[in-house]
Amino acid sequence: MVLYILRRIASAISVIVVTLIASFGLFYLAPSDPAGVICGAKCPPARYQEIADSLHLDRPVYQQIWEYLHGLVLGTDVVSGGQTVHCAAPCLGYSYVFGVPVTTLIMHALPVTISIVFGSAIAYLCIGTLSGIFAARRRGTYLDRTIVGGTLTIGSVPYFVVALLAALYIPTLIPIVPQAKWVPLTESPLKWFLGLLLPWIVLGIVNSASYTRYSRASMIESLSEDYVRTARAKGISERRVVYRHGLRAAVTPLATIFGLDVAFALTGAIFTEQIFGLPGLGVVTLRAFDKYDLPVLMAGVLIGAVVLVIMNLLVDILYTILDPRVRLS
Amino acid sequence: MTDMWGDAVDASQIANGPAAVPAARGPQTVTRGQRTRGADAEGDAYLTVSDLSVAFPTADGIVHAVQGLSYSLPLGKTLAVVGESGSGKSVSSMAIMGLHDPKSTRMTGSIRVGGREIIGLSQQELRKHRGGSSAMIFQDPQSSLHPFFTVGNQIMEAYQAHNNASKRQARQRAIDLLGRVGIPNAARRLDDYPHQFSGGMRQRVMIAMALVNDPKLLIADEPTTALDVTVQAQILDLIQDLQQDFGSAVLFITHDLGVVAEIADDVLVMYGGRAVEHGAVASILGSPLHPYTWGLLESIPAVSGEPTRLHPIPGSPPSLLSLPTGCSFNPRCEFRTRVPDGLCEKELPDLAARTGDASRASRCHLVHPDEMFQSEILPRLP
Repeated sequence: MVLYILRRIASAISVIVVTLIASFGLFYLAPSDPAGVICGAKCPPARYQEIADSLHLDRPVYQQIWEYLHGLVLGTDVVSGGQTVHCAAPCLGYSYVFGVPVTTLIMHALPVTISIVFGSAIAYLCIGTLSGIFAARRRGTYLDRTIVGGTLTIGSVPYFVVALLAALYIPTLIPIVPQAKWVPLTESPLKWFLGLLLPWIVLGIVNSASYTRYSRASMIESLSEDYVRTARAKGISERRVVYRHGLRAAVTPLATIFGLDVAFALTGAIFTEQIFGLPGLGVVTLRAFDKYDLPVLMAGVLIGAVVLVIMNLLVDILYTILDPRVRLS
Repeated sequence: MTDMWGDAVDASQIANGPAAVPAARGPQTVTRGQRTRGADAEGDAYLTVSDLSVAFPTADGIVHAVQGLSYSLPLGKTLAVVGESGSGKSVSSMAIMGLHDPKSTRMTGSIRVGGREIIGLSQQELRKHRGGSSAMIFQDPQSSLHPFFTVGNQIMEAYQAHNNASKRQARQRAIDLLGRVGIPNAARRLDDYPHQFSGGMRQRVMIAMALVNDPKLLIADEPTTALDVTVQAQILDLIQDLQQDFGSAVLFITHDLGVVAEIADDVLVMYGGRAVEHGAVASILGSPLHPYTWGLLESIPAVSGEPTRLHPIPGSPPSLLSLPTGCSFNPRCEFRTRVPDGLCEKELPDLAARTGDASRASRCHLVHPDEMFQSEILPRLP
């Protein structure tokens, strides 16, 4: 088991390194102009050259990659705004546009995204799984069809349309739910909660549609298994049959989908953040893209890769815990 | 027909029954042919099924899975229910366990277990019935045990569902039973998962789980079908052995006549949801009276002698949505023409005594089926 996890971690690290090198190549070999971005319009050629030199843009690519990795692991010295500053590990470089360490930008944005993603995950997991179980137990009835029909309707409307309408109408129609606003948890837990309530509700309802269908299908399958009949024949209560025996088997496939969904949500919460005006990772990356702020973009890609790899790893480990048949000795 | 085959018995009579019967059970030396039939001793019947019908309304029509089924089974005895897939043998046993969803099932008639009527019980009362006084072993131990819980956990759950027992007590009970069904190192194996056991061992676990609450009625639904032949014999021996210990009534569902000969006191042959032949094992296997039972005997492959072609019963089992008129077996019956006036296609025969022997019955219009079997069928058997 430990060996298996170590092996998985080693392969995870290699995936991250490959992604890093590939994206580095893509960004830095692309016909972009970092020195021009930093210098701005009407840039004197001497100043331009000075910046290009300080960024080591004249050095071979492999050397630039090496410097980047070195900074990531051990820290490095970076030239920013004409001065040389030390950038401690993990150094993701300095933003060309803001002239601050990329890590600072990320550290401000990350809690926002994590709050949105995990808060909404709790919402859609609860709504989705419960309504899925509800529908599965009433399979074929009017209620079941209504739920399935509802999920299809929600699922076929583009997310940003729902989010936009919700952002416009819900705070007016339901005054208890305020407009979305980011307040750090450490500052005021209540304001943090209230500020995120709206995106949680919207994301929760929209994503719960697919979870309702997954868990309904999964539950229908597990409830028709022979071991559920065995459980009934034992004389245990119907609730125990459904939730202990049926649900226990049905959650395993759900765990896989959930892990990947969370990973994608962490890297792709752009719509939610943009529409609700929350300064998360998606917004930071989008702005960097607009301005050719390469170090920030690189960091965005890197975080995306790391999150995906970690979530995959977690799902695999979770699987060995959930299903004793895949447990490795 | 129901007057002969298991009328509902007065509950007060049965209350005294269970204690008396195990002692009355004869030693192993008594040959099966000499054992008395369960139906002869009506007062002892622990399980009495009377005129049971089970139907499932579906979009295509009503599936008549079981119709007019009656039999009784005393403690200490084994009744084998034989038939093809779709003959109603499993559906009727599930009905005895109260496992049918009341929303999608229509049941009429009576099922009395230990004097208590099962049909019409509330889910709460059925819950106490299931796994308590009546327990069931299923066909495939691979799929019938929950893959995500240890076997100990599953056995303890069954015990705790019916007894106000601590975890420690339940655990000890599970260890005792695992040991009793022949699992070595029971205390250690308790924490293993089903996939860590072999097929035969898994079925032993299933049996231990079924027996954990000392059931008076054990229903075994093809418990050996999914197992190797050598393991089959071990499991059959185990069930017989445990039956002696526990003195329970065993309802054994199978399609294997070899197993029937091994284990049963009485045999009930089912076809198309109805009983077509019923009697002591020696008479049913020795001189069956129904052409369907003849067909079953003929279809057993010979293990010795010249290799011959198999003799399957022609045709396929009837659709339970629309059974043939008259005798359900008539479209597949080669003796149909021996009955005058096309009676087989017109009228459903009663399940009644056809020969001088009143302890057995068959559902067939043939006038002298016993002579016909001796002269025509017996020479064809391998």
